Amino acid sequence: MRAAPIPEAMLDAAAGVAGLALDTGKTVGKGVNVRHGTILTLEAINVSFDGFKALTDLTLYIGVGELRCIIGPNGAGKTTMMDVITGKTRPDNGVAYFGEQFDLTAMSEVQIAQAGIGRKFQKPTVFEALSVFENLELAQKTNKSVWASLRATLTGEQKDCIDEVLTTIRLDASRHRPAGLLSHGQKQFLEIGMLLMQEPHLLLLDEPVAGMTDAETEFTAELFKSLARKHSLMVVEHDMGFVGSIADHVTVLHQGSVLAEGSLEQVQNDERVIEVYLGR
Amino acid sequence: MTMPLNQTLLARATAKLGPQVSLALGLLVLAILVAMPLLHLLPADHALHVSAYSLTLVGKILCYAIVALALDLVWGYAGMLSLGHGLFFALGGYAMGMYLMRQSAGDGLPAFMSFLAWTELPWYWYGTSNFLWALCLVVLAPGLLALVFGFFAFRSRIKGVYFSIMTQALTFAGMLLFFRNETGFGGNNGFTGFTRILGFDITAAGTRAALFIATVALLVGSLYLGFRLARSKFGRVLTALRDAENRLMFCGYDPRGYKLFIWVLSAVLCGLAGALYVPQVGIINPSEMAPTQSIEAAVWVALGGRGTLIGPLLGAGLVNGMKSWFTVAFPEYWLFALGALFIVVTLFLPRGVVGLLKKEKEQ
Repeated sequence: MRAAPIPEAMLDAAAGVAGLALDTGKTVGKGVNVRHGTILTLEAINVSFDGFKALTDLTLYIGVGELRCIIGPNGAGKTTMMDVITGKTRPDNGVAYFGEQFDLTAMSEVQIAQAGIGRKFQKPTVFEALSVFENLELAQKTNKSVWASLRATLTGEQKDCIDEVLTTIRLDASRHRPAGLLSHGQKQFLEIGMLLMQEPHLLLLDEPVAGMTDAETEFTAELFKSLARKHSLMVVEHDMGFVGSIADHVTVLHQGSVLAEGSLEQVQNDERVIEVYLGR
Repeated sequence: MTMPLNQTLLARATAKLGPQVSLALGLLVLAILVAMPLLHLLPADHALHVSAYSLTLVGKILCYAIVALALDLVWGYAGMLSLGHGLFFALGGYAMGMYLMRQSAGDGLPAFMSFLAWTELPWYWYGTSNFLWALCLVVLAPGLLALVFGFFAFRSRIKGVYFSIMTQALTFAGMLLFFRNETGFGGNNGFTGFTRILGFDITAAGTRAALFIATVALLVGSLYLGFRLARSKFGRVLTALRDAENRLMFCGYDPRGYKLFIWVLSAVLCGLAGALYVPQVGIINPSEMAPTQSIEAAVWVALGGRGTLIGPLLGAGLVNGMKSWFTVAFPEYWLFALGALFIVVTLFLPRGVVGLLKKEKEQ
């Protein structure tokens, strides 16, 4: 537990979630300054594509160790928001900070990834020609320059770390299979495993349970709950059952800005949310 | 056509009998390739004598095989189809050609400059009478061009078919430039009439044999380098880059450096192959930069099997072997045969000959 600026109470909570929890010692504490307890700050973000306003005055804060679910109808700007956070799309104006010191609007995708934001795509994206083990190896947090890769050999510690994640995502038996041969659900898990290998501070997960069986979905919920506290998670999901099983805090997006925020129960009873979803 | 034949056998055995046999066959091919120049040294009436024609032909094919391997590194592994590798090959060839022209001209100007009534060497010819500087040019000319082109192309995230078209345009522009007499590289005649290399007679049996051995050494060296790269984490990053570049970026890798490294390395290998090609074949002219030459190189790789190391060598051997036979037996049909070959490979052999053999093994 190297100087991770996480409040004591949260650590206790993390320790309480046993079982699937990864070794907290591996969460690299240096780098992100989260003095005020906010890992992600989005303020008054505007994005427009050829006149179409994808995000309007979006303001959103994610706290350290929080598990936040984002819901909203199609076209609400969920994916665009993730694109802004990961540097894929530049906002027209607004403030986007990771921790206290990383200005996301001024960083490249690679720099943002290295700073500690991991992203899972809506469509599972893994390196199909490589084995499951190699996928995790490439994702592992380490020096990722060309020279380092030319000389890289796995240390015992790194191998153990990969083995651990393989067990966590239940792909131990498929470790040498090409990732392209995995089932849809397995690919989802592999991608989540790759995020874990990156040891990010903030995980962005775009529809992580799409195409999963009920059992897999349940397992994912458990996994995410065990990841929260040590990591901060932002989950975009349509599956309300899944959202209900994991989220303590839900944000509803509509037409590019925040419509409602609160517990799932609160937002489900919110007049405006009902209106948007049911079109009344 | 010893080589293509042996390589077919090699690949067949690879598929059916496993790595030990393929290693043995690889060594056998290597032994034959080493024996050929030695047999060439025998007196001409000896039963085992290898003619200068055969030696040059196989040497030429070996140079092409290196180009195929270099192209496969960028196309098969990193997923960038270059249709301009002929340019890098020709630049290496021209750099070596400059040295050879200076050798045959002695203290005077190369003959083509005298025809143009030039009285002194253009600045970029200075130092080319020095073999070591010529070798530096062989590496630097294609290497720097690839570095500059790659830097801007990869920074602007040019990929896929756009990248291919730009490389094609680049080699075409190079060809037009070298066609001009004013460029100072002999215009459309290029360089020919070489007499000496490092003081040795370039047509002597010993010189031919040495050049051939050097080509075999470069091929083996490139193969070893390719093997090491493919086995390293670097190679796996390239494969990842080919299949899901976005994912790789969100994993924290900057693809530009990886692309640039393999791109420049590939260009330099082509340049070295070109430098060995010119003294063996005895001529270099701008037609080596013609777009069709580069496209043909892509056909070799596709036929042999992308993303395998032995495939491109096999493809280069097969296509060039066929070409030599066709252009003697049915000269007017060669281009039709080549076109048909490309269609057949695209339709029925997406993974090339090596892929076909592997599939047989799996079944």
